[in-house]
Amino acid sequence: MKQTALEKSIDPASQAMLQKAEDEGIETAWDRYEKQLPQCSFGQLGICCRNCNMGPCRIDPFGEGAEKGICGATADVIVARNLLRMIAAGAAAHSDHARDAVLTFKKMSEGEAGSYRIKDEAKLLSLASEYGIPSQEKSNEEVAAELANVLLLEFGKQNGPLLCTKRAPESRLRLWLDLGIEPRGIDREIVECMHRTHMGVDNDATHILLQGLRTGLSDGWGGSMIATDVQDILFGTPEPKKSTVNLGVLSLDKVNIIVHGHEPILSEMIVEAAEDPELLELAKEKGAAGINVAGICCTGNETLMRHGTPIAGTFLQQELAVITGAVEAMVVDVQCVMPSLGGLAGCYHTKFISTSPKADFPGTLRMEFHEEKAYDTAKEIVRTAVENFPNRNIEKVNIPEEKQECMVGFSAEAILKALGGSPDPLIEAIAGGAVKGIGAVVGCNNVKIQHNYGHVNLVKELIKNNVLVVTTGCNAIACAEAGLLVPEAAALAGDGLKGVCEALGIPPVLHMGSCVDISRILVLASAIANRLGVDISALPAAGAAPEWMSEKAVSIGAYVVSSGVFTVLGTIPPVLGSQAVTALLTKGLDGVVGATFAVEPDPFKAANLMLEHIEGKRKALGLK
Amino acid sequence: MKDLIIRPERCMGCRSCEVACAVSHSESKNLFSALGEEPSPKKRISVEHVSALEVSLPITCRHCEDAPCVSVCPTKALSKDTATGTVNHNRELCVDCWTCSMVCTRFSNLYRLILVSGCWTSSMAHNYGVIDRRTEEGTVIRCDLCGDRELPACVEACPTHALAFLEVERRQGTNALSFS
Repeated sequence: MKQTALEKSIDPASQAMLQKAEDEGIETAWDRYEKQLPQCSFGQLGICCRNCNMGPCRIDPFGEGAEKGICGATADVIVARNLLRMIAAGAAAHSDHARDAVLTFKKMSEGEAGSYRIKDEAKLLSLASEYGIPSQEKSNEEVAAELANVLLLEFGKQNGPLLCTKRAPESRLRLWLDLGIEPRGIDREIVECMHRTHMGVDNDATHILLQGLRTGLSDGWGGSMIATDVQDILFGTPEPKKSTVNLGVLSLDKVNIIVHGHEPILSEMIVEAAEDPELLELAKEKGAAGINVAGICCTGNETLMRHGTPIAGTFLQQELAVITGAVEAMVVDVQCVMPSLGGLAGCYHTKFISTSPKADFPGTLRMEFHEEKAYDTAKEIVRTAVENFPNRNIEKVNIPEEKQECMVGFSAEAILKALGGSPDPLIEAIAGGAVKGIGAVVGCNNVKIQHNYGHVNLVKELIKNNVLVVTTGCNAIACAEAGLLVPEAAALAGDGLKGVCEALGIPPVLHMGSCVDISRILVLASAIANRLGVDISALPAAGAAPEWMSEKAVSIGAYVVSSGVFTVLGTIPPVLGSQAVTALLTKGLDGVVGATFAVEPDPFKAANLMLEHIEGKRKALGLK
Repeated sequence: MKDLIIRPERCMGCRSCEVACAVSHSESKNLFSALGEEPSPKKRISVEHVSALEVSLPITCRHCEDAPCVSVCPTKALSKDTATGTVNHNRELCVDCWTCSMVCTRFSNLYRLILVSGCWTSSMAHNYGVIDRRTEEGTVIRCDLCGDRELPACVEACPTHALAFLEVERRQGTNALSFS
């Protein structure tokens, strides 16, 4: 049955654009989803295997047909192997992003990437000292060069531990070591996943899943954390600031450039180039009132956190932004970029510009980006957008009015600063019961759930029950669109949390950044756990990914749970075809890493699961 | 009369119809919940590979009341059990003439495919699979076209439309069928 625009999204701006799409006969992800229905049961249950060419094999979930693949792999083995490959892909995406950030950082330190400089000297020096690099009598560039080399070694080294894991509580490190899941080298873990899942290698579901946890840890406490750190040095550690979100940030009279994807390396330059007097003059010549840069997905979150650049939308709004008819250029780098954008851009005047040497798409204008001439390329991209402004067909333009203010920029450093330099005030608020606990809510959009319905309702339930929410990724954007990222949203919080927010002047939902910045949440959780002298798993905290869809989210789930945080997934992962794997993930892991997964598509019930968990942990700590 | 029509040339052998059928005949009607049900839900359709034709095809029997296959069977290999309502098949008596598939609304397409592919003889050995006579503990497990559903679950699940739900008419005085 065809969904109406109102059923597809809870966001009025998105509903309006979905209606426009329908009126104009434009296809979106929701239409393509309908054509995929019903989806393949074997895929949904994770019981098909294509890892060798004797197959493809699949297991009959109802036991009448095949119980094993040709090689003899049972549903347990097939599900576990498929899950491990998802984790490997997710960890690879985050970590390869990190590698590029470090390579840019290294080139910068060697003077080969003139467009970049050290923005946060304090973070450079503190990282140098953390990694044991002496910084006396050295220039910042020399320190940066040494740090870059140490960080690059993290990818290729053969023996653990990854250096960032030292930030975790001692007891957690010991646990990982005892379980044999202490991550070694970032690349090594990912390669080993591919090896183990090759035909005839690792064929014990539990053994396979332990490697999944280790690989996840190499992402959360490796790749993602390195990406966050290096990007902070290069572009500045985020501090609280105000901005606006939703499709209404697009401008009727300015050149609109959207930066979409996941890396700030290029978008930082685009933001800078959009202020270039020469290009502003050109914009004026072309009849535009200026140049407006807006973000989508985590590229958007990166520039939002550091510059307050507005955000046009979440993952599922990427097509809707083009459908406004007001986007001169959709500039993309990597991850979560729909290949449909090429054809869609062709229906409007939009230039779909792909920039990453790794990611090409049908229907793009290729403007490959290299650090050595970063600013020049960024200028060329902005110029292309400006020159495209006169091609805008005003009859096709309809920009939704909705735009919402938000307060963002809550890096772990900024949160500690807001608390007066130590986590103590937050710990006291938790101990006193004003704040019941911390909810980390993250993740994507997924057409299987009404756009933003899962995100917004889950977070509202948590703050109503005095759980302080930290958020990243598309959950953060969804919350911003729903008006939850302003200090005034404290009115929606329970009395205790409301009081704390009002005293500190902060929103009840703290935007901590992009999806690699979930590493900031790990750092914050460790700071609190270390202060209390307990493990992360003892904290009254829970995680959720209400609308997750990407493999990165699977890797995130693996490292968040292995770090000791109970996590609720809003869409069903492809594992239910194996009772053993399902039982391990939802029950067994508790006895291994002190946390489990739960699956609950209903955001209200999901919030209850998190609240129950938080209550349980409070009791165990002797808190009321 | 509307019936399930099999278009073997489109079947990719993915078995989506089988799982959808079992789920549609489960207590919960939901894939994820159906997994744990006791007794486990039973499918009424079976994908079989006919190697001589190099096709896979979903096989399913409605156990028609006026089963035309029974009336045309020259050796009485097919018979109707009046007590249980099942169409039964006796392997001993079957001579692989395929006349049954010629008159079966569901299988006339397959019959045509056999004619076109010209491998009549080699394919005849596979007749045993054509009409499914699945029973369990005396209960008839028959295709009921999913009762109240607008479309049978297998038709909805088939990604290549190898299963269709069409109006079938038998031209008067002949065995020829037309679909619309």
